[in-house]
Amino acid sequence: GGLTKRIIPCLDIKDGRTVKGVNFVNIRDAGDPIELAQQYARDGADELVFLDITATNEGRKTFAELVLQIAKHLNIPFTVGGGISSVADASRLLEAGADKVSINSSAVKRPALVDELALEFGSQFVVVAVDTRLLNEAGEPTLDYTKYPVEAHHYVHTHGGRQATELKTVPWVKEVYSRGAGEILLTSMNTDGAKTGFDLPITKAVVQAVDIPVIASGGAGQKQHFVDVFTEAGADAGLAASIFHYGEIPVPELKQYLATQQIPVRL
Amino acid sequence: MKTVAIIKYNAGNIRSVLFALERLGVAATVTDDHELIRQSSHVIFPGVGAANSAMPYLQERGLDQLMLSLTQPFLGICLGMQLMCRHSEEGDTKCLGMFDIAVRKFPATDDDGQRIKTPHMGWNSLYNLQSPIMKGVDENAFMYFVHSYYAEISSHTIAACNYALPFSAALQKDNFFGVQFHTEKSAAAGEQILKNFLAL
Repeated sequence: GGLTKRIIPCLDIKDGRTVKGVNFVNIRDAGDPIELAQQYARDGADELVFLDITATNEGRKTFAELVLQIAKHLNIPFTVGGGISSVADASRLLEAGADKVSINSSAVKRPALVDELALEFGSQFVVVAVDTRLLNEAGEPTLDYTKYPVEAHHYVHTHGGRQATELKTVPWVKEVYSRGAGEILLTSMNTDGAKTGFDLPITKAVVQAVDIPVIASGGAGQKQHFVDVFTEAGADAGLAASIFHYGEIPVPELKQYLATQQIPVRL
Repeated sequence: MKTVAIIKYNAGNIRSVLFALERLGVAATVTDDHELIRQSSHVIFPGVGAANSAMPYLQERGLDQLMLSLTQPFLGICLGMQLMCRHSEEGDTKCLGMFDIAVRKFPATDDDGQRIKTPHMGWNSLYNLQSPIMKGVDENAFMYFVHSYYAEISSHTIAACNYALPFSAALQKDNFFGVQFHTEKSAAAGEQILKNFLAL
């Protein structure tokens, strides 16, 4: 017995449709988020994250309607994020049936939003997504962890990871934790998309900094990468997108593998 | 004819229970109307929220006494189950008392001094299953939990779970059932429990 490590596929949504390509045998319509979500649930995904990458108000409305449909059809928990900057925004998504909301740039812009959401809905509803990157003294990306220790050189980024801020990541996660965040979704821009493995140093530092679950994201390319992030960095969950969507690593196969590596997973 | 009443009060995410029932082909009414609740064949008492704000709300509307007097199958979920216990450490709150058990906060560390994260969030397994509502649910089946307080193990325990310590994942006394996990969010295994409950 004991709490298991969670595997979380992430779906990007634009105007109510999934945007990244999907290559699934059992899916009729690759763009339909509900069909994809249900397939992931049947495959044993532990949770799903839906990120609204729409920029228009019309698209946001479509997303709220989609959340309602997801809640109707999905029998596992799901988090929604993208464009949430007020209690009212979060409330609409809760009403539609979301289990958690994820906030990112809006928390950096106005940290009190974390307190407001935690107070209104409880910490279990509030995921703070943190995009982070190791920078050298000139503000350029680096992977030289020996020269640039994570605590001093990993910086929070906003706007989908494009914009660096003055905030250092470890103090920032401590702050959002103390303000009532219930979970941290940590994406390393250093490793995101590279498929060379999760960013273990920053993940480990964040896990040690807070007493709430940490979801590691960015860089998964092989099954072993999940083992590493769970055992070496102590992450509570691993999130990925394309490796799942393209069927490179099917969720059932990943979980079977994790079980053989003595990682507690739900099978 | 099944008529399911979901108790309406000041705790959140009742909608996901409604949807889970819909997926099983069962329509339910979310209500605080005493007569409707009394006449329904099954009553579900869900909830995500805090014991110390829920209890006064229930008392003001007489829902506490009403629920205690019900004789049809009654299922508390998550906070609902905790409110069916005698007392909760959350805000030092006297609760409904269907189950003579204390609800306590998870400790900050376990017996080995390891840090314990709260809430207990994610999928964990059940053991020592023993009730009609656990029929067809495998020993060690996984359920989805989100909670910072737990009900102690007692003679009413019909499923146990481990997180820092063993606690009651499900309780039963007569027609009163409670589950700590979100049976409505626990995939097929969770649906089985809802089906079993509705078949009572």
